[in-house]
Amino acid sequence: MPELIAKPALDAAPVTLAGITLSVADPGRITFVAPFPGQEKAVAKLLKPLGLGFPAPNTALTKGEARIVWTVRGQAALIGVPVPEGMQAAAAVTDQTDGLAAFALRGARAAEVLARLVPIDLREAVFPPGSAARSGLNHMPLILVREEAGFLILTFRSMARTAWAELNEVLHHIEARDRLTN
Amino acid sequence: MRIAGKGLVDRQAPLRFTFDGRGYQGFRGDTLASALLANGVRLVGRSFKYHRPRGVLTAGPEEPNALVEVLEPGGQQTPNTRATVQELYEGLAARSQNRWPSLSFDALSVNDLAAPFFGAGFYYKTFMWPRRFWEKVYEPAIRRAAGLGKLSGRHDEAAYEKAWAFCDLLVVGSGPTGLMAALTAGRAGADVILAEQEPRLGGRLLDEDIAIGGQAGGGWVALVLAELATLPNVRIMTRTTVTGAYDGGTFSALERVGLHLTPSEALPRECFWRIVAKRTVLAAGALERAVAFEDNDRPGVMLASAARSYLHRYGVAAGKKVVVFANNDDARRTARDLAKAGVGVTLIDSRADAAKAEDFPVHTGAVVTGTRGRLGLTEVQVLSGGETLVLPADCLAVSGGWNPTLHLTCHMNGRPVWNPAIAAFVPVPDAVPGLVAAGAAAGEYSTRACLTAGAGVAMAALADIGITAAAPEIPEADDNAGGIDPLWAVPPVKPGPWSRAWLDYANDVTVKDVKLAAQENYASVEHMKRYTTQGMAPDQGKNSNVLALAVLADATGRGIPETGTTTFRPPFTPTSIAAMGAGGRGAGFAPQRFTTSDQASRDRHAPMIEAGLWYRPSYFPRPGETTWREACDREVTMVRGAVGVTDASTLGKIDIQGADAGRFLDLVYTNTFSTLPVGRARYGLMLREDGHVMDDGTTSRLAENHYLMTTTTAAAGEVMRHLDFVHQAFCKGWQVRFVSVTESWAQFQIAGPKALALIRSVLDTDVGDFPFMSVGAVSIHGVQGRLFRISFSGEEGYEIAVPTRYGEALYRDLVSRAETMGGGPYGMEALNVLRIEKGFITHAEIHGRTTAFDIGMEKMVSAKKDCIGKSAATRPGMTGPEREQLVGLKAIGTGALTSGAHLFVPGTEVKRETDQGYATSVCFSPTLGRYIGLAFLKNGRARHGQRVRLVDHLRNVDTLCEVCDPVFHDPEGGKLRA
Repeated sequence: MPELIAKPALDAAPVTLAGITLSVADPGRITFVAPFPGQEKAVAKLLKPLGLGFPAPNTALTKGEARIVWTVRGQAALIGVPVPEGMQAAAAVTDQTDGLAAFALRGARAAEVLARLVPIDLREAVFPPGSAARSGLNHMPLILVREEAGFLILTFRSMARTAWAELNEVLHHIEARDRLTN
Repeated sequence: MRIAGKGLVDRQAPLRFTFDGRGYQGFRGDTLASALLANGVRLVGRSFKYHRPRGVLTAGPEEPNALVEVLEPGGQQTPNTRATVQELYEGLAARSQNRWPSLSFDALSVNDLAAPFFGAGFYYKTFMWPRRFWEKVYEPAIRRAAGLGKLSGRHDEAAYEKAWAFCDLLVVGSGPTGLMAALTAGRAGADVILAEQEPRLGGRLLDEDIAIGGQAGGGWVALVLAELATLPNVRIMTRTTVTGAYDGGTFSALERVGLHLTPSEALPRECFWRIVAKRTVLAAGALERAVAFEDNDRPGVMLASAARSYLHRYGVAAGKKVVVFANNDDARRTARDLAKAGVGVTLIDSRADAAKAEDFPVHTGAVVTGTRGRLGLTEVQVLSGGETLVLPADCLAVSGGWNPTLHLTCHMNGRPVWNPAIAAFVPVPDAVPGLVAAGAAAGEYSTRACLTAGAGVAMAALADIGITAAAPEIPEADDNAGGIDPLWAVPPVKPGPWSRAWLDYANDVTVKDVKLAAQENYASVEHMKRYTTQGMAPDQGKNSNVLALAVLADATGRGIPETGTTTFRPPFTPTSIAAMGAGGRGAGFAPQRFTTSDQASRDRHAPMIEAGLWYRPSYFPRPGETTWREACDREVTMVRGAVGVTDASTLGKIDIQGADAGRFLDLVYTNTFSTLPVGRARYGLMLREDGHVMDDGTTSRLAENHYLMTTTTAAAGEVMRHLDFVHQAFCKGWQVRFVSVTESWAQFQIAGPKALALIRSVLDTDVGDFPFMSVGAVSIHGVQGRLFRISFSGEEGYEIAVPTRYGEALYRDLVSRAETMGGGPYGMEALNVLRIEKGFITHAEIHGRTTAFDIGMEKMVSAKKDCIGKSAATRPGMTGPEREQLVGLKAIGTGALTSGAHLFVPGTEVKRETDQGYATSVCFSPTLGRYIGLAFLKNGRARHGQRVRLVDHLRNVDTLCEVCDPVFHDPEGGKLRA
């Protein structure tokens, strides 16, 4: 039987400039979970065996490979693990693995890149690891997660090329600024 | 002329530059202005209207005269660059502007001879007749004669940046006030941004010979900077001008990132910052103002403070024989500092009671009444004790006092108040929420007062946001704020048509112009501004505003406080559009959305067209086809005769789940979906609240509590917002959740009589009986997908969906199989022809002004239930014979149709009043062999068979058409259901 070849959202080699590394990320399976009214506790209970709960607004919970990221009012993205059995009864469950392009931005100065594309306060004290936000990556939709080593960036898969190009351009600008001697 | 041992320029780093093609040398740390002055160049520009020779007036961003074009490699040029801001770099090439043929001989200086005719209001009074001459003759001629620098006419392809920053305390300016504020807040651990427009921090402390804490001002600055460097919470932004104050503690700022260096490709030229601060200290200092007297605009006339800046910051004496003219104590520093540096100085102090004891000649109670020197100052005329003196001079340093730099406090409609003690406007508190002006920006002029205020306001601002700051020790400093007796304008000795005293150098506005405005009853300061153009040049009145309104106050007999100021608006300094729109040029204008079939389409040389942000193939040219029409006609015929494949992934897809999903769809759609059986799809029509059609599409029931809605490509976002609104506003507690899955699925249309055969060839198991409007889960080459039997072409049609990652593989597979069967890919052009032939609507028809009645779908508005827009759709005028209704048009003969053309009854006059409707979508139909179209026609459904004239004045089309049913192809739908 012939098989269909799967393609990633973008095929690009990692770029490191100014000590910041931009790469295409593969966070694994992404499922949006939106608890039905009155089912919030049931959903939290189903997530407990994964070491997770339902995240508060603007936060993300992580346990090993599994994580759950607040995405919008009453909705979170379960990433890296299959959906627990029985979830369909308590929440709308939608596979979005193919809908999002993921990028990792790593390095102590990763926030400098995002300061040029994301209009929110990403200072460590305001947006520490474990924070998440729904915002804009320049003119693209964005789900942003702060990790210990940097950021996970999720945007529309169809916009992957633009997102990569714009992140890349900012890296070059920062590197050129670093070369300034006065 | 350089003075040994003075200035902060690096004399070990010489830099070569050119001005008007002539080579000069300066040093690192120079501005173009300081380097030109060091080389003895006084004439740097021509004035806007009279083409008067002009020199450097200031040493800062407020410069009105020394505007130049900076030329760059590759033919790019930046006009209106202030020579006082442009830092020198190796190879800098600058050119004077607004002169012809050269700076020293400018033919248009004849304007100056005709000056008596060119006063305020000249254009308004002169170029009235004939009216049509204004646009074609007068305006172009005036624009050529009066003006600023020229653009290159090329795209600016240099790099620019936009960025955001956040802090607890933003400190604007780094003079004694700003440094003290930043230090106080930095020590307290607050996140501080210290923004300074100059390349070095220190503000006026670098322009003056001032001691702080027993050492030179510059030494104290170095100490503070060393401490700030140890505080990671303090961010220092040099070359950054805060340009605007906005809501929510947001400020705009412009950073000159690479403008001080030889242009390079990678380095951004400028960065446009948006800084959000919990609290802000405005420590922007003050700007010195001049005094108006006859011919006060010659090259060599300069502000007294600027002369000190050139001496102390750049090590340049602005002249060899300098006359200082002032009405205040502060300007004495200029005379003293220059005298100490060995320059010949004479002081003219307008105050009769001013001190006379100095090491240079002092004339008290004296005023400058005029100057001489065509291309540069040669002598100064002084009236002293009734006696006229003529003093030879190559520089006249003028001071009429200082104006606090309070502009930011006015950006949210705050109005400053007059403080007679310092003869200046000062900011009012809380004009911008969270912002406090301090130091000279608040009218506190002594160094000691600035240091104290900087610390005090920082502590208070931090206390406001819950941060306790310790009071720093205030170092010893000068406590003298300097006395002043207001002096605005010196009257001419012999008034005449050519005697003029300049207020606004940049726009050539004189005392006479302001008086004329008052005389002609443009007596309000806002009217005077617009009548004379005072304050409307690139310097935005920074030099002239207070002087002009003082003259106006005098001319109208009102006081200065009653006269008031004009409105200061952002930006504080000229800001390039390129910086504000950074990243938005070319492909950066909007994100590009690519389908999974994109590369496959490009491989086949399909021209791509934009549909929203998506790129879709227009048509697929074959060898020998020379026009798009040939390809399009072939693709239409291919679909009607065999099978075609096209990518439909761009349509919006919304996944709707929950026990109330059907109920929710019944509310948003005009027709009923709660009764739709599982495994079936239904066409749905959605109205806006106002009863007009919003969108259409098919919605499928995948499971009992699971639906999948499709929207048009164009309205996907709008429909999602609409659903969110309806859900949140009207459906509280309903068991329904929905999310966009547009990006998660790649979906392809397969249409034509061989569509089923093609579908079968890719499915792992047969679908069996799969009638029109069926939906089901299928397995395609081992991948779980979905199959829909729907049609947008009028042929037997299917849509097959797989997870996006498999999209490209499936598309390439489907196309190659279709080609084996005599079919192939088809593009947007063919898709459009197919749907017009079938009478299917798009947003060309449901364009926001049409109702369900207009498009012939009023029966789809269910009588059994309510829906969004239903009651509004029953309002009078929303239905009936007066409405323009959807019809088909067939061209009679070979005539062409154009969309947007209007319809008229043959034989009636073609005019607005006889307009019967308009065509929305047209095409050449290869199936029917003629032009057809969809149109909205008054009472159209009752007029099938009648003839109308289609008239397009823009494209010169006039075609007789027959009105018909909008469904041209297979009206019974037999092919669709085959």
